[in-house]
Amino acid sequence: MNLVALAAAVVGAAPPVLFAVLGETIAEKAGVINLSLDGLILLTAMAGFAAAQATGNLLAGFAAALAVGAACGLVVALGSLTLRQNQVATGFVLTIVCQNLAYVLGSPIAHVPGPQVPYTPVPVLQHWPIVGPLLFNQNPLVYASVLATAGVWWYMFRTQPGLTLRGLGERPAASFARGVDVIRMRYVYTLIGGALVGLGGASFSLAVKPGWSRPYGIEGTGWIVLALVVFGNWDPIRAAAGAYLFVLLQTLATVLQSLIPSAPTQVFPTLPFPLMILALLLVTLGNAEPVRRLLRPLPDSLQRRVTRVLRALQASPPASLGVPFEPE
Amino acid sequence: MSVAGTSPLRTIATGVLGLVVTAACGAGILSALGASPWEAYRLIAAGAFGSPERISYVLTAWTPLLLCAAGLLLTFAAGVWNIGIEGQVIFGAVFATGLLRALDPGVPAWAGVVLAGLGAMLGGALWGGLAGALRAYGNVNEIFGGLGLNFIAGSLTVYLVLGPWARPGIASTSGTLPFPDRLWLPTFAAPPLVVPGEAILGLVAIGLVAGALRGTQFGLRLKAIGKSSRAAYIRGIPVTRGLLWAFAGCGGLAGLAGYVLVIGAYSRHQLFPLISGGYGFLAILVVLLAGSNALAGILISAFFAAVSTGSLQLPLQMHLDSSISGILEGTLVLLALFMRGMQARLAPGEGDR
Repeated sequence: MNLVALAAAVVGAAPPVLFAVLGETIAEKAGVINLSLDGLILLTAMAGFAAAQATGNLLAGFAAALAVGAACGLVVALGSLTLRQNQVATGFVLTIVCQNLAYVLGSPIAHVPGPQVPYTPVPVLQHWPIVGPLLFNQNPLVYASVLATAGVWWYMFRTQPGLTLRGLGERPAASFARGVDVIRMRYVYTLIGGALVGLGGASFSLAVKPGWSRPYGIEGTGWIVLALVVFGNWDPIRAAAGAYLFVLLQTLATVLQSLIPSAPTQVFPTLPFPLMILALLLVTLGNAEPVRRLLRPLPDSLQRRVTRVLRALQASPPASLGVPFEPE
Repeated sequence: MSVAGTSPLRTIATGVLGLVVTAACGAGILSALGASPWEAYRLIAAGAFGSPERISYVLTAWTPLLLCAAGLLLTFAAGVWNIGIEGQVIFGAVFATGLLRALDPGVPAWAGVVLAGLGAMLGGALWGGLAGALRAYGNVNEIFGGLGLNFIAGSLTVYLVLGPWARPGIASTSGTLPFPDRLWLPTFAAPPLVVPGEAILGLVAIGLVAGALRGTQFGLRLKAIGKSSRAAYIRGIPVTRGLLWAFAGCGGLAGLAGYVLVIGAYSRHQLFPLISGGYGFLAILVVLLAGSNALAGILISAFFAAVSTGSLQLPLQMHLDSSISGILEGTLVLLALFMRGMQARLAPGEGDR
């Protein structure tokens, strides 16, 4: 497998993870953790495929997945913003409900053929060396996911509403003083985030992993998405890089499996998950006092270099992430 | 987050309301699938309590829930989320299997069984302690640390079952060679029931934990850390050590659950991938519902075990997915959280008293 083909395969397989990472980044930037992702991605994958299969219309499938994702966001928002329950508790319970709902409601459509997002190369641009096969010889979801990454970054860091969004997660009291309806805006962004996660789910069942089955084979991905948001330091671009890294690991696992036929085949697909979490550890370890103490005996220059690397990797969450807001 | 403190009558009324609404939600889903909710609920009840044998199966499913819930009482008291509990169950199962493979038939069967139980506790405690250490020393959020350790434990079992511990001749993900019956945990006859011995282990464990939380310095310190780790630190309570012990203790009890899943009286008597079977996560739901009330934890565990066991009849008799139990259990807990929130809003101050 040559490198361009490998990279193209990674870019082609990334949209589900990418959309989900963007959605969760938006919600968390506004201060709300939607922990239900692992179940929600499964449920929206099932719902998207079911709707597309029943209507024969791909857009109906995506619409259904967006709606289910937003509805789940609404439950998280209702539980944490209006009823002031612990976000982690609500999200965790919702994970389990969504996952089992997907299995139960999806059983009639398991292993049934259905519509798939067509492959749509961009004329002329697809022949551009390297970039062509990578970015312009894919399906519309890939184009949309790349544009969405750039779009979300631009919105967050270059527009006025984006500044307000960041304020919701950092200093809601200050936003409130400036006349922002903090609770309402958090609702809005949690719903938008949930809908984007739903788009990710449907990108699995209508493109990257067409169809539905139990188990669907992507179980655990939602937890990785949550980790990627941390890894990405709540920055859409860095989170997207993490998403590509994870998909690359998954792709490499399949490649390795074909290269080493003697190794048990079921082991490789499980490896990207622990590796991704190890990457996350690297990011968070830099904050810890005991780690700094551990570095102290090293020679000064080396210590400075290690600290610089750790600091560059360091992730710090929005200051008010998961903290309830009391408009007073 | 706890039900303790509100009047018992109100707690019961809320519980009944939650059950009714949950049953109604489940009925809606079943009807949407074209199945009769009445028939499905009847099957679940019959599947759980229809015969003495079925009750034994419910008790078998009850035990790992009890053990995990007992462990989670410790971590929740300390105010941390031990999502790594599934991996700790798996590690207990791996340590138990490894010890039994090494010791049997060299040592007497009873000694092997006892040592495997202790080994399983050690394995779970190590894995739990690791999640705690990552959180205490590495600043790694315990949710992600725990999840990562779950994934690693899962990969490890797949590797062991297919690689070094594969059945002679056929390496398949179905599991290792089952242990002979001299290594199974005993049963007790209480006619007409047969009680799996491990159920007693589970009850003793949760009783001990409840006692430790209520009446020992260790328990009081954990609760102080859970209320405010900063305040506890200022008062001179060793916060880091407390957290580590909470994680290790929870891991040890989860490891014991893994041991029970390997050689419990009605278990499969082997190690297989996904051996934790979601018991750890289900126990998190139990403790979210029960709060710090151990008695409520015991009852809710039994109820969840009955629903999960009874639902296994649905695929056989009605071609429905048995995951319906997960929907019912999750919906019940979600409703409970929401009702707590509503009570707090309607009667400010009363909900958190």
